[in-house]
Amino acid sequence: MTQKIAIQVDDLTVAYNYKPVLWDIDLVIPQGVLMAIVGPNGAGKSTLIKAILGIIDPIAGSVAIYGKPYKKQRKLVAYVPQKGSVDWDFPTTALDVVMMGTYGSLGWIKRPGQREKKAALEALEKVDMLSFKNRQISQLSGGQQQRIFLARALVQNASIYFMDEPFQGVDASTEIAIINILKELRKAGKTVVVVHHDLQTVPEYFDWVTFLNVKKIATGAVKDIFNDDNLTKTYGINYKVAVNK
Amino acid sequence: MSNPQIEIQLIASLVAISCAIPGVFLVLRKMALISDAISHSILPGIVLGFFITQDLNSPILIMLAAGTGIITVVLVERIQKTGLVKEDTAIGLVFPALFSIGVLLIAKNANDIHLDIDAVLLGELAFAPFDRFLLFGTDLGPKAGWVMGVILLITLVLLYLFFKELKVSTFDVGLSSALGFSPAILHYGLMSVSSITVVGAFDAVGAILVVALMIAPAATAYLLTSDLKKMLWLSVCFGVFAAIGGYWLAHWLDANIAGSITTILAVVFC
Repeated sequence: MTQKIAIQVDDLTVAYNYKPVLWDIDLVIPQGVLMAIVGPNGAGKSTLIKAILGIIDPIAGSVAIYGKPYKKQRKLVAYVPQKGSVDWDFPTTALDVVMMGTYGSLGWIKRPGQREKKAALEALEKVDMLSFKNRQISQLSGGQQQRIFLARALVQNASIYFMDEPFQGVDASTEIAIINILKELRKAGKTVVVVHHDLQTVPEYFDWVTFLNVKKIATGAVKDIFNDDNLTKTYGINYKVAVNK
Repeated sequence: MSNPQIEIQLIASLVAISCAIPGVFLVLRKMALISDAISHSILPGIVLGFFITQDLNSPILIMLAAGTGIITVVLVERIQKTGLVKEDTAIGLVFPALFSIGVLLIAKNANDIHLDIDAVLLGELAFAPFDRFLLFGTDLGPKAGWVMGVILLITLVLLYLFFKELKVSTFDVGLSSALGFSPAILHYGLMSVSSITVVGAFDAVGAILVVALMIAPAATAYLLTSDLKKMLWLSVCFGVFAAIGGYWLAHWLDANIAGSITTILAVVFC
């Protein structure tokens, strides 16, 4: 493969309370793919993203973003956590949440100004949420909250996007809107990594996939490896999905 | 109004503002109980500090006691991390243990001095003006006012500098960490400020009622606004209102000022 490597994970092991959640993961993600991470509940999908981003400390292994440790490459990476991981009753507005995406490039102490506000408004427009900019975030629907999170990642203007279950609890129109934006990002040469649950839509949405269940089962192009064999290995039951392309 | 009356209200207001600011973040982080834990477990730190300095307003005593507050937070987290008990249980285990050490220290060694358990638990704002801050023989006002003023100033400067960081780490720990704003540093920063505030305030309002000044204004403001800055302003206003209203209620009832302030806070919340 001549493609550049965006993310490289070597021998990554993560444990909670001495129980391994990820075991010896090796992973190479080429630049410009739209990749799904699939696997059953408790397979360590979110943990993998958090370990790559340094939110969780692994007990072994290393991660490289374009060949360097994550800490040196923060500005190249945007992150959308699970929607349920934050308190939506927090006293703030949609615009303010999107502005948080600019904090990384500002660094400590410096405050966001007009330029950051303009970028946030543009991102809100991209996800079709401009008219909700002053809305308190608890008064947004699940789909609208997810769009806000996506806008917050877009405003980071990164090269690599990590998204943890962006389609959870959103309606069909939001799902299509989000996947279209992700496909646009891929077209622009960005790398997008998505924790995904709906196996049916994998071949339609993604071109790259990683099967995970504590250990890495397989990783590669959807057309090559998204088959019953790998699904069965990952989920432990005999899986049949129609993947005839 | 006489001079001591004005001074008492001024000190009460300074305490209220200093408590309201960290209180907002504690409420939003669902850590209200931690302030309760800190306010009790600083007692051994205060007693030890008092043995060393013989002065309740000494900066050394404040730092020592605040240190005990941080130890509380660390112990709670350690116990919680074992996975054997939940956070509320861990809090319930840690602070009574530390508090009881303080109670025993007072009972054994300090029975005949100014530091007694009533004063620690309830405080006595009415006596605050008697302890003057003298510099080269000039009376610069009550010591408690200066102590709280300095603590408030530090709090305001830190809030101004790190407002953005506190906001993002309170709302979204994952993003904060990914962006490089270490949630651990911000967490312990907030805990340090809270501990120092509690120590500074306990002399005036007591270890128990300081919790009311941290949590009640923020909880009331939380119900009324959807903007973090407004929530901070409202908390400060409620705190000052309760401080001054509480003073006059106590004056009218001839009762304990801290108790009256807390009563007003409860009424405002309702």
